[in-house]
Amino acid sequence: MATILAVDDSASMRQMVSFTLQGAGHDVIEAEDGQIAYDLAQQHPDVDLVLSDVNMPNMDGISLIKALRGMDSYKFIPMLMLTTESTKDKKMEGRAAGATGWIVKPFNPDQLLATINKVIG
Amino acid sequence: MAVDITQFHEMFFEESFEGLEVMENGLLNLPPGSSDIELINDIFRAAHSIKGGAGTFGFNEVSEFTHDLETLMDLMREGKFSVTSEAVELMLQAVDCLRHMMTELKDKRPIDYANASEISKHFKLILEKPEAAAPEPEQVPAANDTDTDTDTDTDTDTDTDTDCKGWRIGFKPNPEMLQTGNEPYRIIRELGELGDIKVHVLLDDLPSYELIEPCECYLAWQINLFGEDVSGDAIDEIFEWVIDDAEISVEEISGAEAVIPEEALISEETSIPKEPPTQTLDKPKEADSPLPEPSAVRKEVSPAPAVEIKSEAAIPIPPKSESTKPKDEPARGGDSKSIRVNIEKVDALINMVGEMVITQSMLCQLSKEYNEESHNELVSGLAQLEANTRELQESVMSLRMMPISFAFNRFPRLVRDLNRQLEKDVELVLHGEHTELDKTVMEKLGDPLTHLVRNAMDHGMETPQERLAQGKPEKGKIELKAFYEGGAVVIQICDDGKGLDDKKIQAKAISNGVIQEGEVLSKEEIQDLILRPGFSTADKVSDLSGRGVGLDVVKQNIRALNGSLDVQSKENSGTTFTIRLPLTLAIVDGQLIRVEDSVYILPLIAISESLQLEEKNINTVAGGVDLYRIRDENIPVVHLNALFKHDVTEGSELPKMLVVVESNERKIGLVVDELLDQQQVVIKSLEANYQSVEGLSGATILGDGTVALICDVHDIFTMSAGQYQLSFDKIFQSGHNYAA
Repeated sequence: MATILAVDDSASMRQMVSFTLQGAGHDVIEAEDGQIAYDLAQQHPDVDLVLSDVNMPNMDGISLIKALRGMDSYKFIPMLMLTTESTKDKKMEGRAAGATGWIVKPFNPDQLLATINKVIG
Repeated sequence: MAVDITQFHEMFFEESFEGLEVMENGLLNLPPGSSDIELINDIFRAAHSIKGGAGTFGFNEVSEFTHDLETLMDLMREGKFSVTSEAVELMLQAVDCLRHMMTELKDKRPIDYANASEISKHFKLILEKPEAAAPEPEQVPAANDTDTDTDTDTDTDTDTDTDCKGWRIGFKPNPEMLQTGNEPYRIIRELGELGDIKVHVLLDDLPSYELIEPCECYLAWQINLFGEDVSGDAIDEIFEWVIDDAEISVEEISGAEAVIPEEALISEETSIPKEPPTQTLDKPKEADSPLPEPSAVRKEVSPAPAVEIKSEAAIPIPPKSESTKPKDEPARGGDSKSIRVNIEKVDALINMVGEMVITQSMLCQLSKEYNEESHNELVSGLAQLEANTRELQESVMSLRMMPISFAFNRFPRLVRDLNRQLEKDVELVLHGEHTELDKTVMEKLGDPLTHLVRNAMDHGMETPQERLAQGKPEKGKIELKAFYEGGAVVIQICDDGKGLDDKKIQAKAISNGVIQEGEVLSKEEIQDLILRPGFSTADKVSDLSGRGVGLDVVKQNIRALNGSLDVQSKENSGTTFTIRLPLTLAIVDGQLIRVEDSVYILPLIAISESLQLEEKNINTVAGGVDLYRIRDENIPVVHLNALFKHDVTEGSELPKMLVVVESNERKIGLVVDELLDQQQVVIKSLEANYQSVEGLSGATILGDGTVALICDVHDIFTMSAGQYQLSFDKIFQSGHNYAA
């Protein structure tokens, strides 16, 4: 099972994502913004997958992905953006920053797991 | 695994209400023309989170309604729409509407959408204005840039006929695709899930061993896919994440064409899935290569593509229908049941429990080897335990404490709205927002405070013209202050308005039958009249204060929290309402007193001093009031045994004690038989267990198991005044006269 870094400034989203992933047997490291996630990433080189919201205070998801791609242990792992369909430019921007792909909000726990299983299966 | 999404609703509501507050405060601080990007971003983010969460947790009405607001904020964020007061006003209304919707959803009540759709209409109007219309990316043709071709041709070619025999797919990743975490193998495997596939690796670009960069992808693939109902959309979806990172072609083929062109068959043909391509790649010439995917730089390789996958618009968006209906299950409504606690407070708590465990084990040890000599140790151990317990108690209480800003932060908006509505110009100033107060008290304080602020706006403040005529500054001011005083929290609502008109109040009180004609009242008494039931001085009933709820109800509500409400006013310079509240409702530091054969408890904070009663210092004045002379002061004396109707035992042997208590800056002396211990007592409600009793605020259980009643000092003031058929002002006046 995988270790997943889940980043979202919304507590309810984090709760939902963690609960779903843990239920599927994954380890989840939670962070409430990009800066905290980046700091946590330094301590956890063993992360297998990053799930990050885009709009967050302090450091947004795109800057986070860009920063993480600069770290050796995060160079090739999948990183997915959790984003709403209204932010198309963000997808492009995210891809340019090194995001693997995205999960479009709103999503339900089953959709989340299905997508994750694709990338880390 | 089915996850019950309703379990996250409570958290969602909680954070959404917080988000709405952020939005409201932000909007209130957003002047027209503002380009405060930080602030605009904060508001946008809050709206965005609410929208996202609402969609995820099944509240699509909320999500849809928030969409316009979010769009507008987004435009402002990008500088494509300037901040206007009209837009801010509309967004504030939307915030209100959202708050209402969310409250109804939380409490599982049906929502009335009339207001929401009205507001949505306005949003549409605003967004359709020419200055706003431009930015929507959908309307801008991709035109200029060829390789990031943004939109246009949707699925026209790909999904015209769905029952095709097969697809020929060319897939040539850019060398650096691996660095976005995208695995070609994953993509090929997903294609395999759509139907039968034949995969051919194209090694044209594979460089010689020395030139291989381990991080780059040199391989390309040609994949033939066969299946019953494989749609172009499904294929597009699989490539969705990599369309910019690879050359992709998707071509429809008939069954006969399914043969792979000979020239393409450079290397392996594999019937994919199940195991990674790494294992099938061992055979090429550079077999000793340790790399999973070698291959060379990009060239125009793949067979002429019939269809280019282009824009994101062409890509089907995963259906969002599943979360449509709000589930009408759990998440109870009513007052919020969770509190957020600062982690430091929790840490302190854990520390304290640790210390307590140490003390407890020390005492345990002591009890095993107890002898006469260790008595002192036992005593000090118990003292330590007591200190620990008290600390623990305080820190547990502090978990319930929240800064009063939670109660104050609704007022900037209220005052702003009232300014518009009443055509007044009043500035609101907040002081002491960090003062902490019990959460329960805070929740119940909201309505009374709102009422007082409305009251000040409606009755207290003059219009700018009136103020100028009075020689006052045009802009009025209302201050909300919170601070600690003794063991209490004091909240003041001060305005610099016209103040109370004593004559008008008195006349009104007489006409309402609140007082008798000819009754002589002091200034304070007259002002207190406005807190009496059935009083209203407004010439006309405005839609603000004319709600049938008078200030007496405010006073009652505050009394229910063991607090008090007072008013001071000076004509033409303003009115101040003062609320005093206990820090917590649960525990009080008490002085145990004996009155005849009963034990009562006086809140320690009310006591200013205690002394032995000397008969010679008592003077009885007109009206039968006893005054006691302490230093230069004469204070009224109240015999608690008489007040609480005890059988008075005559000629008791012990000298009595006088406990001087204060309320509202006034003092009275309570005559009691004996002072006992001081201790913290847990307040038990009388109403819940028996019934409300005048003069008592509650009861508690003492260490020996007996019940002791807790005195309500404020009540005692009122009762004893009644007992003497006199108002306290008169007592005080006569007392001071006597002293003079």
